[in-house]
Amino acid sequence: MDKTVSSLAEAVSVIKDGMTVMIGGFGGSGAPIELIHALIDHGAKNLTVVNNNAGNGHVGLAALIEQGRVDKLICSFPRSADPTVFTERYKAGKIELEIVPQGTLAERIRAGGAGIPAFYTPTGYGTEVAEGKPTAEFDGRSYVQERWLKADVALIKGELGDAHGNLTYRMAARNFNPVMATAAAVTIAQVSRIVPLGDIDPEHVITPGIFVSHVIEVADPAQEEELNRAEAVYP
Amino acid sequence: MTDLADLKLSNAQIAWRAAQDIEDGAYVNLGIGFPEMVARFQPEGRQAIFHTENGVLDFGPAPEPGTEDWDLINAGKKAITLKPGTSFFHHADSFAMVRGGHLDVAILGAYEVAQNGDLANWSTGRGGIPAVGGAMDLVQSAKRIAVLTDHVTKNGDPKLVEKCSMPLTGVACVTRIYTSLAVVDVQDGHFVLREKVPGISMDDLQAVTGAPLHTEGEVGELTCPEDLE
Repeated sequence: MDKTVSSLAEAVSVIKDGMTVMIGGFGGSGAPIELIHALIDHGAKNLTVVNNNAGNGHVGLAALIEQGRVDKLICSFPRSADPTVFTERYKAGKIELEIVPQGTLAERIRAGGAGIPAFYTPTGYGTEVAEGKPTAEFDGRSYVQERWLKADVALIKGELGDAHGNLTYRMAARNFNPVMATAAAVTIAQVSRIVPLGDIDPEHVITPGIFVSHVIEVADPAQEEELNRAEAVYP
Repeated sequence: MTDLADLKLSNAQIAWRAAQDIEDGAYVNLGIGFPEMVARFQPEGRQAIFHTENGVLDFGPAPEPGTEDWDLINAGKKAITLKPGTSFFHHADSFAMVRGGHLDVAILGAYEVAQNGDLANWSTGRGGIPAVGGAMDLVQSAKRIAVLTDHVTKNGDPKLVEKCSMPLTGVACVTRIYTSLAVVDVQDGHFVLREKVPGISMDDLQAVTGAPLHTEGEVGELTCPEDLE
């Protein structure tokens, strides 16, 4: 078994118009910038994107939105240092927004990956985000029913990867990446280094390879924060 | 009436006062911005463990500019540092810590707090782009929910109110409010005044508070160090 692929274009070639794509990262930390840029080059459109944020500046997710490829965004916090791209498209009615509390977003994705179609959470009870959703009382407390979230494809970023798709992450860049890896039909991971099988201590594997479809090495991956400080624009 | 501007505490002083209530070993989440200042004022001999919802527990202060590692940030997307004892975890685990009631204290800002503990702090409801982040998760689940806020809005309107007029972040969740003029608990559906700054009368404080301030025994004096940074 060898899940490694040699080109970014090949890695994202499975993405078709209209698909739901989860993109890992929290702000720029853990964002698979090179995979997102390959998706822009690939050209798929009418996408629904799941991410914590809505992009920053004119690279990564912001660039994908700026190119008009995203019809709907499911996120918790569509603000950033420079949210201009998303803000303008949203105000022009060109992109749909579903706001989900951050923990509910993570748990909906977890549930999607774990085969749990719905669950109850105290989060959002009595607020706008619970409108229209079933509620129930358990042990004297009120909860809101939330549904699982799944995707056709997840684009994630790891640190080390091997031919079986086992992954490690780097510091807080872990964030949504391991959860999204479980919730997509096809998970594509960019990693800083592909290592031989056995080089990752089994005790240190964070995402077991069963959740990963393709692994591509991107040495020295770009950091969104640094691209933005350099006022980079993609493409 | 006394000029409130002369009496009110600075944000650093409000943060300092909140820090005095955090026990040694408490697990604490600080909201983005003003509440982050609380970490600077931990009393000598006490060490709280700070949680940031993007997936780090027990982290160090901001690094020197130029030495940032952008894989190591907090929920405000500011660079932080490692320290002995730091741990990383993914988002579902991070919010298991939150929702599972494992945090002792969450400290947030507010647009409005109602006397029953309802909190509005995510959307003014006047258009703009809604953004909630982790606030709705935090306020329903930490053992104590503390709010740091100016006692009144920029226009002088009360922020402690009978009923919130803006979209809610959570219902009946706030347990204590540290304002620029007072420390107020939410108890059994009403505000209980615990401390007030010296020089303000009960009547003047009530006049800038949107719901009745109850008292239980003596009201303490809210004094803070002057030279906080």
